[in-house]
Amino acid sequence: MNHRIILAGFGGQGVMLIGTLLTYAGMREGKHVSWLPSYGPEMRGGTANCAVCISDRPIASPVVTEPTAVIAMNLPSYQKFSKILVTGGSLIINSNLVNSENIRGDIKAYPIPANDEAVSLGSERVANMVCLGGLLGVEDIVSIETAIQALPEVIQDRYHHLLDLNSKALRRGYEMVRQMT
Amino acid sequence: MSEPILMKGNEAIAEAAIRAGCKYFFGYPITPQNEIPEYMSRKLPEAGGVFIQAESEVSSINMVYGAAGAGARVMTSSSSPGISLMMEGISYIAGAELPCVIVNISRGGPGLGGIQPSQADYFQATKGGGHGDYKLIVYGPSSVQEACDLMIKAFHVADKYRNPVMILGDGMIGQMMEPVVFRDEPGDAAIPEKPWATTGNEGRQSNLITSIYLDPEVLDAHNWNLYRKYKAIEENEVMYESYHEDDSEWFLVAYGTVARICISVMEKMRKEGFKVGLIRPITLWPFPKVAFDEVAGRAKAFLCVEMSTGQMVEDVRLAVGGKAPVHFYGRTGGAVPLHSNIEKRMRDVIAGRTPVVTDYLDTTTKEVEGDETSVPAS
Amino acid sequence: MKPVYLRPKSLTDTVTHYCPGCTHGIAHRLVAEVIDELDIQGRTIGVASVGCSVFAYNYFDVDFQQAAHGRAPAVATGIKRVHPDKVVFTYQGDGDLASIGAAEIVHAAARRENITVIFLNNAIYGMTGGQMAPTTLPGQITTTSPFGREHKTQGYPLRMSELLSAIEGAYYIARCSLHNASHIARAKRAIKQAFRNQIEGKGFSMVELLSTCPTNWRLTPVKALEWVEKHMIPVYPLGEFRVGEGE
Ligand SMILES: Cc1ncc(C[n+]2csc(CCOP(=O)(O)OP(=O)(O)O)c2C)c(N)n1
Ligand code: SF4
Ligand SMILES: [Mg+2]
Repeated sequence: MNHRIILAGFGGQGVMLIGTLLTYAGMREGKHVSWLPSYGPEMRGGTANCAVCISDRPIASPVVTEPTAVIAMNLPSYQKFSKILVTGGSLIINSNLVNSENIRGDIKAYPIPANDEAVSLGSERVANMVCLGGLLGVEDIVSIETAIQALPEVIQDRYHHLLDLNSKALRRGYEMVRQMT
Repeated sequence: MSEPILMKGNEAIAEAAIRAGCKYFFGYPITPQNEIPEYMSRKLPEAGGVFIQAESEVSSINMVYGAAGAGARVMTSSSSPGISLMMEGISYIAGAELPCVIVNISRGGPGLGGIQPSQADYFQATKGGGHGDYKLIVYGPSSVQEACDLMIKAFHVADKYRNPVMILGDGMIGQMMEPVVFRDEPGDAAIPEKPWATTGNEGRQSNLITSIYLDPEVLDAHNWNLYRKYKAIEENEVMYESYHEDDSEWFLVAYGTVARICISVMEKMRKEGFKVGLIRPITLWPFPKVAFDEVAGRAKAFLCVEMSTGQMVEDVRLAVGGKAPVHFYGRTGGAVPLHSNIEKRMRDVIAGRTPVVTDYLDTTTKEVEGDETSVPAS
Repeated sequence: MKPVYLRPKSLTDTVTHYCPGCTHGIAHRLVAEVIDELDIQGRTIGVASVGCSVFAYNYFDVDFQQAAHGRAPAVATGIKRVHPDKVVFTYQGDGDLASIGAAEIVHAAARRENITVIFLNNAIYGMTGGQMAPTTLPGQITTTSPFGREHKTQGYPLRMSELLSAIEGAYYIARCSLHNASHIARAKRAIKQAFRNQIEGKGFSMVELLSTCPTNWRLTPVKALEWVEKHMIPVYPLGEFRVGEGE
């Protein structure tokens, strides 16, 4: 296995957090992992993204130019990263913010209304978890259980009362995508 | 041994320094190393140390000079433009023979350049940078774990030789998160006595920290003393890794994060039956010439890969000494050499399709690159 | 129809990279309006410093040089001595001018260098992600003063206008604020004065502008404007500190 994943969205959408969670989960499953954020003024106003590699082999480069999977939580990220996804790769799209017509035919695309689902669970803030759950539903990267177990490591102590909400959101995304496949 | 934890390279470097007993940090913000001073501002006071954000890098390095001369375990960190400003201070530190550690999480230059990963500071780090006959000991880590291990080693080596040591990483080492394991460190306990330091002359003759020697005979002697020290460092401190050196005919040469990409190229090509090996210098100065001597008889060609227009390749040429052709492939400004392009170039070298040139401008390899890599400067 | 509000001629038609609610954009506009009104676009040369305004040259339609961090007054000196008849201005942040460039600004003032300095004080390093600046307020939390700026170890705010006004060479020094319309109008008058001084050969003129950084202050744009009024002005009183003394 050699997963090379880009997670992208607006600054406040928590894409760095789900990237970190995925990386932790990979480490817990004994894989080689790396996480590389976008940094500097490119963060200003626009989109933030991080690249996560999870592999059986040591990670050659943490830079991901040809992702095997992409989570696009907003339109600019969709426009930027859907183009460079490898043929056959998986694309999780937040359909609340991305009008996903004309999706490339050679990839597996899963539009999910992540914001709506998050709101119905109790907070829009967990839309990121819905998306990550969706990714874990289609790509055999780490098990959803490992991701849930790793939540306390990436969520600050003062938000631990929200752990349950976050794991529910992961499961919701996971199940939604499962039903689509 | 503790459990691996995930840490950003910059924070891991800072944590390693604290564990190595570093008590003083002087620095100035600059991307992409800001997490080092930020971590230090939170954690060093807790560890009984002192963090100061200086008004500039010129000031930071001179605070380091003062603290090192006063006997402390001390460091600074910056990125390329800031390191340029430190060059005067580094020359003084080398001249006065003071131990300290300088971290350069380098970015693209020249001038303000960019903020993405780069290896264009190799010359500055290994060939002087500041004025005078001096040498920095320079480590080029290729992973977050290695950056931590070398950070701890750097303090010991600095003390051992009373010489400044540089960790030369790039934006990738600084920004990426990877698992790290911190081994139990003796911390302060390992700091040797420094009877030469300025601590107040109570009960002894006065100590002097200086680099001025106006008498030519005295300065000449001082420089030859430094030279002897550098010879000893060359003898004792060389570090490198060779891969498949026993049976390979074609060698990739790379350091830092680029070496990781080259390792995966090597593995792929070996699976296809090519006898490809790799040399990864860990100490950039002293340069591991011996690694090239070991393969001299067998090597048919070397391909040096860097994120520059060709800097370390000059040392590779010197080490190979004309016994085999030395080729080069480089990208700059934050563009990272792609696996596919390195492989293509290596195949060309093996097939004899690449003339040995000293003009490195690459007109043959067409790049397919995401726009990931080009971002304006700060 | 008669337009009531147009882009100044000296600004390019470009979307800036500044964050929502950042007052760098207002300062740009004021400088451009003054350049237009004094009709000096064709003979103005700007010097961009290192900070969020590093890309100022994309927004002003005049010749520009980009300087190393803190060195803009020295670069401007070089330009002005080559072209004494041109109008040379620097545009610098507080990290750039008050920290790494403290020596350059002091000596440009001491030489009564005939340049105009626009000094944006937002009490923080914006570009690099919110580190402490020499101008950071006591107790203010930044990424390198995580427990709040503490005077015993991190010192006191540096008041550059007051400091420079003690220098005989400085001709005109004023501090204004960009937090509301009436203060913005006052700031424009000061900027115009500072440019006029240069045209009349009077010498070193600087306008300090209290500015916002909602991103790194972690405040909404509106709260950031309130913060300027409530917290910055008491530490950085407004006014003209030096007005045309000496020849
Ligand atoms: C020699 C050097 N040191 C450090 C930096 C990194 N750096 C870029 S901008 C900046 C600070 C900018 O702060 P300020 O001048 O207050 O401008 P602002 O972004 O707040 O408008 C620093 C330290 C640099 N580019 N060069
Ligand atoms: S970081 Fe601060 S100073 Fe820079 S553009 Fe954003 S709000 Fe303005
Ligand atoms: Mg500022």
